[in-house]
Amino acid sequence: MSQKIKDATIPTIPLGARIQRWIGRNLIRIYAIFAFTYLFIPVAYTFAFSFNDSGKSNLIWKGFTLGNWQNPCGAPEVCSALGNSIKIGFLATFFSTILGTMIAFAIGRHKFRGRSTSNLLIFLPMATPEIVMGASLLSLFLVFKINPGFWPTVIAHIVFCISFVVVTVKARIASLDPRLEQAAMDLYANEFETFRRVTLPLVAPGIAGAALLAFSLSFDDFIITNFNSGTLTTFPKFIYVSAARGIPAQANVIGSAMFFLALTIVIVGQLVNRRKG
Amino acid sequence: MGKIRTPYLLLLPGFGFLFTFFILPIINLAQTSTQTRIAGGDTGEYEQTLRFTNYLDAFVENKEQFGRSFLYATIATVLALAIAYPLAYAIAFKAGKYKNLLLVLVVAPFFTSFLLRTIAWKQILGEEGFVVPTLRSLGIISQSTTLTSTSFAVVMGMTYNFLPFMTLPLFASIDRIDPRTLEASGDLYANGLTTFRRVTLPLSMPGVVAGTLLTFIPAAGDYVNAAILGNPNTKMLGNVIESRYFKIVDYPTAAALSFTLMAAILILVTLYIRKAGTEELV
Repeated sequence: MSQKIKDATIPTIPLGARIQRWIGRNLIRIYAIFAFTYLFIPVAYTFAFSFNDSGKSNLIWKGFTLGNWQNPCGAPEVCSALGNSIKIGFLATFFSTILGTMIAFAIGRHKFRGRSTSNLLIFLPMATPEIVMGASLLSLFLVFKINPGFWPTVIAHIVFCISFVVVTVKARIASLDPRLEQAAMDLYANEFETFRRVTLPLVAPGIAGAALLAFSLSFDDFIITNFNSGTLTTFPKFIYVSAARGIPAQANVIGSAMFFLALTIVIVGQLVNRRKG
Repeated sequence: MGKIRTPYLLLLPGFGFLFTFFILPIINLAQTSTQTRIAGGDTGEYEQTLRFTNYLDAFVENKEQFGRSFLYATIATVLALAIAYPLAYAIAFKAGKYKNLLLVLVVAPFFTSFLLRTIAWKQILGEEGFVVPTLRSLGIISQSTTLTSTSFAVVMGMTYNFLPFMTLPLFASIDRIDPRTLEASGDLYANGLTTFRRVTLPLSMPGVVAGTLLTFIPAAGDYVNAAILGNPNTKMLGNVIESRYFKIVDYPTAAALSFTLMAAILILVTLYIRKAGTEELV
């Protein structure tokens, strides 16, 4: 039957029209492929140039080498900058996840006076340009004669991570079925047990996602860090400063390695989730 | 009794922190913005006054950069929306079982430092990259046209860097649309365009609002793209604030500019949210 229809219709449509129809039907897919190409061109470029036998400045292709990958700390300062970024990232993630999750539970689970003001206070840091946030914190530190450096940077990162944690965790809390908690209460679990055995495990993926988001925001931040880190060098700051005289290929190695590491974490996380579901 | 207190106890540490390190600095910034240079004092020495003309001076001196910040941010936001909407739509409705994978791919470029990617653009668009020679040999651009250090490169870099911020909220709200509502629209004789205009777009409006805000706000305050991909004539407000802080040590002007930028953004955002009719943002 279907064979008949095909035979009957296809030859009557000229090739040009068929191509046109195919494009019309797949236009959005073609468009998506272009968009992904745009997204990945600089990533591919960064990856490719991590194999460049470039010497000091990684501007022009000079030949293939694995040397940069074998010796990622080969360029001066690059690994200490990376270490600082990781340390700051972990501390900022740890504190902002705890503080943000508490706020998310308060706003997502309780009705109280001042709830809309609380929502506003969470929205404000997201509506503030990074440069304003970074500059204002720096002036506060200067007033209190606190030198910019490691801890001021950690504090600054916690500030901008909290809101994103709140929004992410709150979305997860809002999607919970309240009947699950009621069921736990019906089975004589007290409030604390219900929270620990039912609510928290259900919200956990949201918290994990928020922590991952916080870490990547902190790790990649440049503007706020630049204002509050003083002489401390983080990985993005290292890149920005060395951009003028050429970035060593080792920075490309670290950037590419972070990319594959994060991709692996996310994909494994999704597979684990799917198996659970 | 304890129940009434619970939310406040949960809020206390986080809001205490935000108050100390977000609200207080903003108040302090407001104070700084009206300070006056001490006559005969060292560089960076200021006294607290109420010199509101700092604002006027700062604005008049930098109105070009001001306009440019908002112009570039607006163009980048519109471009990002034009690229991200079909992309989010394709992922939500056409990707089938690859939906999650594609979503990960949208965020994936994030994990390579955005500075590395911006500098990669600079080299790709540069004289030694492959784009310029190709376009020249095809005759699309003239032999003397360059792409780096232009406003084109700055806007393109901004569009690129904030694209995931646009795509994710768009996807979240398009993905929530029940495909049956689109079928129903077709059954009622709406053509593709009418269905999009009357059904898909209104239903995805929260995503459009959230995405444009998440793109516009950081774009308006950005200075990294202009610093790496631009030239002295593409300087944005962020570049001015940065150099006032670090190079000229002119804190009052920097603070006045920061404050004006924030106020302008807040006013625009409020107007925009009113107009778009979405109150639920966070």
